[in-house]
Amino acid sequence: MNRFKMFVLLSVLTGISLFAASNSITIAGSTTVLPIAQRAAESFMDIHEDLSISVRGGGSGVGIAALIDGRADIADASRPIKTKEIKLAREKGIDPYANIVARDGLAVVVNPKTPVDSISIENLKKIFTGEIENWKDVGGPNKAIVAISRDYSSGTFEVFKELVLEGAKVKDGALMLASNKAVATTVTTTPYSIGYIGLGYLSDEVKALTVDGVKPSEETVKKGEYKLARPLFMYTNGEPKGTVKTFMDFVFSSQGQEIAREVGYVPVK
Amino acid sequence: MIKEKLFKYLTQTAALCSVIFLFGIILSIFKEGLPIFAEVGPFKFLAGKSWHPTHYPPEFGILPLIISSIVVTGGALIVSVPLGVGSAIYISELAHPKGKEILKPLVELLAGVPSVIYGLFGMAFLGPFISRVFGVPIGLNAFTASIILGVMVVPIISSISEDAINSVPKQLREASYALGANTWETIIRVILPAAKSGVISSVVLGFGRAIGETMVVLMVAGGATALPRSIFSPVRPMTSAIAAEMGETTMGSSHFHALFGIAIILFIITFILNLITEWVMRVKVKNGH
Repeated sequence: MNRFKMFVLLSVLTGISLFAASNSITIAGSTTVLPIAQRAAESFMDIHEDLSISVRGGGSGVGIAALIDGRADIADASRPIKTKEIKLAREKGIDPYANIVARDGLAVVVNPKTPVDSISIENLKKIFTGEIENWKDVGGPNKAIVAISRDYSSGTFEVFKELVLEGAKVKDGALMLASNKAVATTVTTTPYSIGYIGLGYLSDEVKALTVDGVKPSEETVKKGEYKLARPLFMYTNGEPKGTVKTFMDFVFSSQGQEIAREVGYVPVK
Repeated sequence: MIKEKLFKYLTQTAALCSVIFLFGIILSIFKEGLPIFAEVGPFKFLAGKSWHPTHYPPEFGILPLIISSIVVTGGALIVSVPLGVGSAIYISELAHPKGKEILKPLVELLAGVPSVIYGLFGMAFLGPFISRVFGVPIGLNAFTASIILGVMVVPIISSISEDAINSVPKQLREASYALGANTWETIIRVILPAAKSGVISSVVLGFGRAIGETMVVLMVAGGATALPRSIFSPVRPMTSAIAAEMGETTMGSSHFHALFGIAIILFIITFILNLITEWVMRVKVKNGH
């Protein structure tokens, strides 16, 4: 009798969890993609009240690991999946499928009074590793360069490290500031400073440099001409289907893409 | 009777809660922080000159962070001790009663200004101003942070010192005047020595406040991890490193443990400071004040 009760209870519980599974999505991963996922999930749940989405950060690696282990339906990532991770996923019967949901562009900014309008990625690297310390070496006046960077663990620094520093160490004397806004304010108030911020944070108070001859804008990032940009991913198990597809469709809809723009990224559609 | 018992238990629980929180905090920072000492070694962690936690391979030397904290806090005390003790002397000994009534709450109001507002002020006004006046390339540096922290600490030093000065027995003053000393001599030779322990503990508490302050240094100190070359170098005190990097680091990584390791150092420093204050106060009680 007791056993029978237990069995009934278990089957009911399993039934409930199965039912719940098809109505809920778990998203985990990159803190860079997090604002899009978070805001999109909120708006999505306003429309689909019967569906629930839980969103977590953790970093790209954590998200992809969760997708491989079946603990997440969608993995946010600010980098492409690694070969090792694909192999691991295949072993577990998971087929990671890349959905590029937005692009993240970095603008290199200087104080508007600095008479320099362009820079090459090579010189940018030299400035931030300490090899070039004076504006006269990059076609400016004889003034010391104040290099302003984002903090070590920020996603923005991660992009910069990957696309500009290429494995080199940022110089110890660089200012490491806690937010895009702090970098923008400091560049505004400090003559002869140089920093980098997300495209969404550009304003008239700072001057964006052309990088390798290309002006940073939504247009040039979209076309892939502007080099300091990277795609942002949401990885799914195979092509999105079911509830996950409904959500991904929302992310790619005009409303979803507008969210990406609002949180400072470049839409892909 | 029941009411009284209930009241006793309620307050007892409240008191116990603080103890539990304290031990919980100590336990968790040590649990998360100790692994880094094992991983990189205590000497390399404390005396290493290079902090590149997300570089490959990572470097976890926190000497620049410790030096930054000491430079900024020392600078803050240079600003706040004369201002704080000076205003305490003025308020308790020299000011007209009416002036005292206005001045005292105003100084204490300084303590009520949220630190983020000090930070904004430093970032938007004081920093650029200092960069212009001293001709230094960047206004966010140890000097600017010291000034702002110093101003923040003034009310702590001022109000505790003032209490100490007020509690100097009246007879001492009268005796001093009776011997022909003027006001200045009385304050310097009689009152300040008598109030010494209170003034010293106000300075130690101020030091503790300044070294633990996070928001201001995060916004104003500049955040560079190089060993400061001058007082106008941008610096990265321990608190700002923790605040800026903890949010986005991966839980359980070496970087995560290293940030907790910094927290341990910070905790030990403030713990020692509190012990000193306690000790100074106790000496004072023994001396019969």
